[in-house]
Amino acid sequence: MYSPDKNGSDSQRLLRYVDALREGVANEMERDPRVFVFGLDVDDHKAIQGSTRGLQQQFGRDRVFNTPLSEDAMTGIAIGAAIAGLRPIHVHIRMDFLMLCMNQLVNMASKAHYMYGGTVRVPMVVRSMIGKSWGQGAQHSQGLHALFMHIPGLKVVAPSNAHDAKGCMIAAIRDDNPVIFVEHRLLYPTEAFVPEEPFTVEPGHARVCTQGRDITVVGVSNMLVECLRAHELLAEVGIQAEVIDPIWLAPLDIDTILQSVRKTGRLLVVDNAWTNCGASAEIISRVAEQTWQQPVQMARMGFAPTTCPPSPVLEQEFYPNPAKIAARVHQIVQPEVSWEPDKERAALAYQLQFRGPF
Amino acid sequence: MSIAIPQVDYRLLYRKLRLIRRAEEEIARIYPSDKIKSPVHLSIGQEAVSVGVCDPLRPDDVVSGTYRSHASYMAKGGNLRALFAELYGKDTGCARGKGGSMHLVDMNHYILGTSAVVGTTIPIAIGYAVALKREGNGRVVVAFFGDGATEEGVFYESLNFAALHRLPVLFVCENNFLAIHTPIEKRWATRQLCERVRTYGIPAHQVTDSDVLKIRQLAAEAIAGMRTGQSGPAFIECYTYRWREHVGTREDYDDGYRSRDELLRWQANDQVALIGGRLDPGERSSIEAAVEREIAQAIEFAENSPFPDPKELSTNVFAG
Ligand SMILES: Cc1ncc(C[n+]2csc(CCOP(=O)(O)OP(=O)(O)O)c2C)c(N)n1
Repeated sequence: MYSPDKNGSDSQRLLRYVDALREGVANEMERDPRVFVFGLDVDDHKAIQGSTRGLQQQFGRDRVFNTPLSEDAMTGIAIGAAIAGLRPIHVHIRMDFLMLCMNQLVNMASKAHYMYGGTVRVPMVVRSMIGKSWGQGAQHSQGLHALFMHIPGLKVVAPSNAHDAKGCMIAAIRDDNPVIFVEHRLLYPTEAFVPEEPFTVEPGHARVCTQGRDITVVGVSNMLVECLRAHELLAEVGIQAEVIDPIWLAPLDIDTILQSVRKTGRLLVVDNAWTNCGASAEIISRVAEQTWQQPVQMARMGFAPTTCPPSPVLEQEFYPNPAKIAARVHQIVQPEVSWEPDKERAALAYQLQFRGPF
Repeated sequence: MSIAIPQVDYRLLYRKLRLIRRAEEEIARIYPSDKIKSPVHLSIGQEAVSVGVCDPLRPDDVVSGTYRSHASYMAKGGNLRALFAELYGKDTGCARGKGGSMHLVDMNHYILGTSAVVGTTIPIAIGYAVALKREGNGRVVVAFFGDGATEEGVFYESLNFAALHRLPVLFVCENNFLAIHTPIEKRWATRQLCERVRTYGIPAHQVTDSDVLKIRQLAAEAIAGMRTGQSGPAFIECYTYRWREHVGTREDYDDGYRSRDELLRWQANDQVALIGGRLDPGERSSIEAAVEREIAQAIEFAENSPFPDPKELSTNVFAG
């Protein structure tokens, strides 16, 4: 278990990611009557895997409600409500479904403030979850954050732990812009220390999770967890990886990453998505643009450049995992020695497979 | 115009109903072993819709479904071994282990690939009908979808286009009143789905008791008109009931969102049992035995099939 800074608050307790999301929303709903939550299945007994549990009982049906299956229109409705002064949180159980919202998000939400000359604001949060494992397959597993990073006017955040889930949620709700909030299904049961009181994890601030001199490793969303496990495997053979969580992908805190790369001279970016035109491409380009005076070895990992297969044997090949990440790092840092982590140790480090059906 | 509808063959009808019921039950039996690592959306209780609609189809007619399509796949004559193998993630699966339960396909039997994103297959079915109309051989397309899909804008856009071009499409809404756990009352401003559809000039029918013979008759009439080009698209709304949970294999009547009484009412009208009851007992048991054999062989085939070679990860990204 990894927990960001334990300082600064007395009221820390271990909380699961899913409960931290819920608590962040509840805190803001208490503080600000303009905040409301809507989306498919937010009020049923499964409560989006528990992340909206109890909100309707606490805040009423006007502020927490289900919708028809009409994502395109619902996104427009969120935008209209936001322009009128409310602060909607639109929830999607899979990120893949955001493709139905694309027109409204890309052509309206992101641009309204600019194209209407600053006269309107669109403070809305779009929650979405990336699925993995148990045959989620082609359309329930995609990490599409890079599509949104591409668009000026959209903020994108992908917290990797419970602490940040709460802090980023509160920051996203308070933000006056549309924020795409990227969650990961396998992070939901993970625990971290989280303050009870409201706090924010602000846009544009990355976190250095482990100090290291040999290589900078940037992990996005769930891949941050896999990178931390790779870090443990590498520590056993004396390689010190400096693992960085960008947290916010837009705006991206490139300075923290740069500072680390200037020290280590090596960079591996591991994304929970494809590499092509992805977050890893963006991070590496920005580092390259600013380190041309210094030789830096750079590499990236992500989904295999193919559609996510449901068959377990293929799925295993599709994703980076701690063993693959550790092996890649070793190859970069000590190319002359061939090394792979011990199979049993690597299996222990691997995040528990999720048992379905959903 | 009078249309000759072929006589009902109760043995065939029962064979299909029974096959779907038992195959789904077997999937539920195997599921806890974790050999099927795929989110399965079972059709137990909804068999009559697929079977009634597919019965009058020709082998070269086309069906399109959703992630809940084990039933329409089997009703249209999809390869059963390839279905089970797909659920097992095996190389011999209908999508070679690259689709899973939510993405069944069998182009040899004109079963278009299914999708996990609600509503996405409806316009694709219509596109296929554009090609069939041009082909002019009297083939038709059936688009199956749930009540939830009718809330998506793409549904109405598709209706309009199909009507405008008088395409040979039969729209079939399997209305089980639920989208996951959310009842229709929380999703529809009014219940007049057929009226909404009729405003496009599309004839719309409703079957509220899931009677497989009624469904078959309506489908057969609509399709006969389309084959000759005398009529354009048609729509049938079939009330039905999902006996198991939305995804997975449990009965979920203790979850609190629906009552077992509702299930009991639908079970009293179970079309599988009712059609079975029309057969003489000897005939019935020989059909049942044949169905068991077919399913057992399909499971054995899936169990013994190899997983895809890891190299398969990167094949089929592009065609050609
Ligand atoms: C576009 C889209 N939005 C949301 C979902 C999540 N989802 C999966 S099934 C489902 C309910 C669909 O209900 P219905 O169309 O009535 O079909 P049924 O499951 O009852 O067969 C929902 C909301 C999805 N898969 N796709």
